Amino acid sequence: MASLKELRARIGSIKSTKKITSAMKMVAAAKLRRAQARAESARPYASAMRRMMAELAGATVGEEGGPLLLTGTGKDKIHLLVPLTSDRGLCGGFNASVHRLTERLIRRLQSEGKTVKLLPVGRRAISYFSREYSDLIVDKIMGIPGDVPFSVAEGLGVKINALLEAGEIDVCELVFNKFINAMSQVPQKQQLVPLVVEDAAETSAVADENKALYDFEPDEETLLFRLLPKNLQVQLYAALLETAAGENGARMTAMDNATRNAGRSIDSLSQVYNRTRQANITNELIEIISGAQAV
Amino acid sequence: MPVQLDIISPEKVLVSREVEMAVIPGAEGDIAAMPEHAPVMLLLRGGVVSLYENGVVTDRFFVEGGFADITADRCTVLADRAVPVSEISVDEATARLEELTTLWGRSDKHDDPQSIDALQAQILSARAEIDAASAAH
Repeated sequence: MASLKELRARIGSIKSTKKITSAMKMVAAAKLRRAQARAESARPYASAMRRMMAELAGATVGEEGGPLLLTGTGKDKIHLLVPLTSDRGLCGGFNASVHRLTERLIRRLQSEGKTVKLLPVGRRAISYFSREYSDLIVDKIMGIPGDVPFSVAEGLGVKINALLEAGEIDVCELVFNKFINAMSQVPQKQQLVPLVVEDAAETSAVADENKALYDFEPDEETLLFRLLPKNLQVQLYAALLETAAGENGARMTAMDNATRNAGRSIDSLSQVYNRTRQANITNELIEIISGAQAV
Repeated sequence: MPVQLDIISPEKVLVSREVEMAVIPGAEGDIAAMPEHAPVMLLLRGGVVSLYENGVVTDRFFVEGGFADITADRCTVLADRAVPVSEISVDEATARLEELTTLWGRSDKHDDPQSIDALQAQILSARAEIDAASAAH
C-alpha cells in the first residue's frame, strides 16, 4: 500500500491537472462560439457563389475544352489528397480520424494503381504523414491563425490550381472533419477537382428558366475562368472554418471528459488516503493500549 | 419598388438592405442596378459601389474585384474585399500601390499575359481606392 505522503502528492498533482483541463475546456468553449459565428457569417457568400456557379455552369455546359477546374484533365491517374487537421493536439480523436480516413484512401488508390500525392494542412497532419508517407508530400501548410483569414484559403486554392495547371494532378480531394455539433465531428472526403456540380436537378431547372434571360459581362468564359478559382477557395474556406470549429468542439469534449475523470480519480484516491490514515491511527492506538495493558 | 442590395465579402455580409438604385463598377464600365433590370452577371473592377435613395447617394463602398448578380428585384455583389469608403486607409492603399508598382517594374512584360492582366487590374484597383478615399475626405 502507498504511503500517506505518496498519496498526498498524487492527489495534489491530479488536482492541478484538473485545473488545467477545466481551463482548457472553458477556452475551447469560447473559441468554439467564435468559430461558429465565423462559419455562420461566411455562409451567405458561399451560397451566393453556388447560385452563380449553377447559373453559369448551366449556360456553358457541354462545351469542349472547358476550364480544368470544372472538367478536370480528363484523366484519373494522379490524385491529390488534402487532409485538414489542427496545429495542436489534445483534442481527442479529432486529428486521428482524419489521418485514418486519409490513410485508407491512400491505400485504396495505390492498390488501384493510381499515384497519390499529399498536401497536408495543419501541423498534426504534417508530422503524421511525414513519418509514414514523406515521399508523397508535395507541399504543406501550417500555422493557420485562430481567426482563419480568407487569405489562407486563397493561398491553398492557388497552390492546388497551380499543380493542376502544371499537369501534376488530375483529381483533388479534401479530407476533413465535418462539424455536426460540439460532441461529434464526422471525417469525410470532398472532391474539389473536377468540380461536382451540386443538386443537378435544381441546377438545370434554374438554368432552363433563366437561360435566355441572363446576360453575361464580359462573357461566360471569362466569368467562369474567374469564378472557378474563387469557388475553389470558398469551398476550402468553408472546410477550414469547419475544421477550426470542430477542433475546438472536440477539445471541449475531450477536456470535459478529462476534468470529470480527474474528479473521479481524486475522489477515489481521497478515499484510499482517508482509510489509510484511519488505519494508521487505529494501529497506533492498538499499540498504545496493548502496551498499557501489558504493564 | 426598391432593389434588394447585398454586398458580401468571403468573411461577412456588409450590406443587406433595400435601395432605390445602386451603381456598380463593372469590368467594362459602370452599371446601375434598378428595379426591373434585365438579369446580368458581371465581373467587377476595383471601384466604388454607390447606394442611391431619393436620387442622392447615401452610402459608398469600395470593392476590390469580384462579381455581381443583378436580377429584376435583387442585386448581389460578391466582393473579394469590401470596405465603406469612409474607412479606407489611404496610407495602406498607397503602400500597396507602391508595392504593386515595383512588382510591375520588375515583371517581364512577355510573361504569361494572364498574370500581367491580373497585376494591372490590381494596380488600377489600388489607384481607384486612393481616388475614392481622397474624394471622400
